[in-house]
Amino acid sequence: MVAAGLGNIAIATSPVVTMVSLEKSPAFPDHAPDPPPAVVAAPIGVDAIGVDAAAEPAVAPVKTAAIAASGDRDLRLDLFRGLALWLIFLDHIPSNIVSWITIRNYGFSDATEIFVFISGYTAAFVYGRAMRETGVVVASARILKRAWQVYVAHVFLFAIYMAEISYVSASFENPLYGEEMGIFDFLRQPDVTLVQALMLKFKPANMDVLPLYIVLLAGFPPMLWILLRAPTAGLGASLLLYLLTWMFGWNLPAYPNGYWVFNPFAWQLLFVFGAWCGLGGAKRLEPLIQSNITLAAAVLYLMFACVITLTWYVPFLEHSVPVPKWLEDWMYPIDKTNLDVLRFAHFMALALITVRLIPKQWSLLHSAWLWPAIVCGQHSLEIFCLGVFLSFAGHFAMVEINEGVAMQVGVSILGIVIMVAAAAMISWYKRIEGRSPGSRSGPPGGKTLLGGGA
Amino acid sequence: MRPLAVALLCALIGGGAYAKDTEDCIAAASAAAPEFAMPRVAAAIAKKRLDVAVIGSASSELTGPSGTNIAYPTRLQTALANLLPGVAVKVTTYARPRETAEEMQKKLSRIVAEAKPALVVWQTGTADAIRGVDAEDFRVALDDGIATLQQAGVDIVLMNMQYSPRTEAMLAMGAYADAMHMIALQREIDLFDRFSIMRKWNEAGTFDLYAATRKTDVAEHVHDCLGRLLANAVLEAAKLTNVDKKETR
Repeated sequence: MVAAGLGNIAIATSPVVTMVSLEKSPAFPDHAPDPPPAVVAAPIGVDAIGVDAAAEPAVAPVKTAAIAASGDRDLRLDLFRGLALWLIFLDHIPSNIVSWITIRNYGFSDATEIFVFISGYTAAFVYGRAMRETGVVVASARILKRAWQVYVAHVFLFAIYMAEISYVSASFENPLYGEEMGIFDFLRQPDVTLVQALMLKFKPANMDVLPLYIVLLAGFPPMLWILLRAPTAGLGASLLLYLLTWMFGWNLPAYPNGYWVFNPFAWQLLFVFGAWCGLGGAKRLEPLIQSNITLAAAVLYLMFACVITLTWYVPFLEHSVPVPKWLEDWMYPIDKTNLDVLRFAHFMALALITVRLIPKQWSLLHSAWLWPAIVCGQHSLEIFCLGVFLSFAGHFAMVEINEGVAMQVGVSILGIVIMVAAAAMISWYKRIEGRSPGSRSGPPGGKTLLGGGA
Repeated sequence: MRPLAVALLCALIGGGAYAKDTEDCIAAASAAAPEFAMPRVAAAIAKKRLDVAVIGSASSELTGPSGTNIAYPTRLQTALANLLPGVAVKVTTYARPRETAEEMQKKLSRIVAEAKPALVVWQTGTADAIRGVDAEDFRVALDDGIATLQQAGVDIVLMNMQYSPRTEAMLAMGAYADAMHMIALQREIDLFDRFSIMRKWNEAGTFDLYAATRKTDVAEHVHDCLGRLLANAVLEAAKLTNVDKKETR
């Protein structure tokens, strides 16, 4: 139900005319009516959180062109975005033994970095083309529309969160946890809480990523305009904002206290860097990427980060690995809120090694083995929201039924299966809508109806 | 693996098999040995008078008429007195509900000047997480507070938050717990890892931390065990001082 509802956000506005059969290629067809412009390094999947793939206007779509373009897509982006979605889901279930497999335990950066970067990349690719073809006003309007859709999705998730927390607050009482019950205090003043939530100032635990995206998208049109004209200047401006943020401690305020957990002024650097790569920067970096010196540095840094991170979790290593005091003083705290440069570097090293190890035309990318992750990555907004909901629901089930290891593993696997099934269903919806654009379920005129329902 | 299986079984049977014998809780906690010595505590024991100040928020006391008598600071006093015959042990609690680390930090020097303890147990983190205090502000407040205490010449134990499975998905503790862990290492003071201990109890089925109840029996047992574990940790840390002295001589 959730998946279908969220799916509508995308489906509703989807005048998709062409399709590719699932067996041939798991990819949702790229809408490129023409061969990609020369400046673009790699055509990629279009359905990022930051990207209104479905609303891509079908400008004189030609079936053959779409199919040809789909063979050209960089499925690696979909694959890793899909994997990042799974990791975010696993990490959001507290006390989950399965979350030990996720990358945050073995290095400084985590799935959030992967996600923000890939979304910047895809957003630039899709809206960059739109801006060149349809002009600044139309492309900006579409970016802002996408930001609005993400906002609606966030409010929807907040409603689910409120339902869960209200239930728990009414049913749970224990003198041992008098202090922890304090988190329910905000329920007593819904007038303040709900307004603050709608203003994106009150954000419950694990609901910080979508607000970050909304702000990143809202600020993206001028940045994209600059990136298309002077990529280096755009990236430089982004870096300058990052540095100024660190110098002056800029951040957006949160309610009831403090600041945003993901500081948009800092995290924009990763998004813009992704966008810069998506608009041809990746090609310019090619000599650096192919250099063995860079590769060696990246491998060494990843090993260093892995050992340091393990000392946080493994008491044996904490005592047996001597971390020099000067290094500790310099390194800590590794600031996630402001995208610590150690985290940024760690993500870059991971990305570099991934690009070196996995070629764009890797045959496994078209196999059934990787399809589950790829299909999730192709519908990231819907699957992200579903993942957050499933992590709430999974923890709730663990509390109410049983919290044993078998349950933790079961909830984790079931959650991922549901995410894959939902993504497959969304793909299917898009296909049937594409097949019969005049049918009841998906006429262009019906989009407000369906969109309103989401 | 086996304790988990037992926990599963207990949960299935219906929770009737929870250990009543609180000796089990000490073993099940398998608390890490203290890392850093407590020379002031060792000196105070030698002088036959040990004063301890507990500074914290609501989870350092229990509500109800007998609340303070059954909360862990009082249990700590009892346990220390039992373990240290002939030493006058006094534990004073300065617990204020909903107080953040920054608010506590401001009154640390006054408390130390007033009570002149050999040891300060600083319990914090939960209120900051609930009130959404910026994690960096929390870290700074903690660091300033510890600097104040170290200058005042007292030994310190940092105590982190309780493990609360019901509210775990709603309350993001991670950043605050990490900050406490890091600062304890950097400042070379002991961390009493209440969170891990309670989580182990939950896994081993020592206590049913999921139960919705108005009764205080589980809360009493938990606090009793926490008090005794804390007493053991303090005495072990005090012994570390003696070992160090012997080695250096």
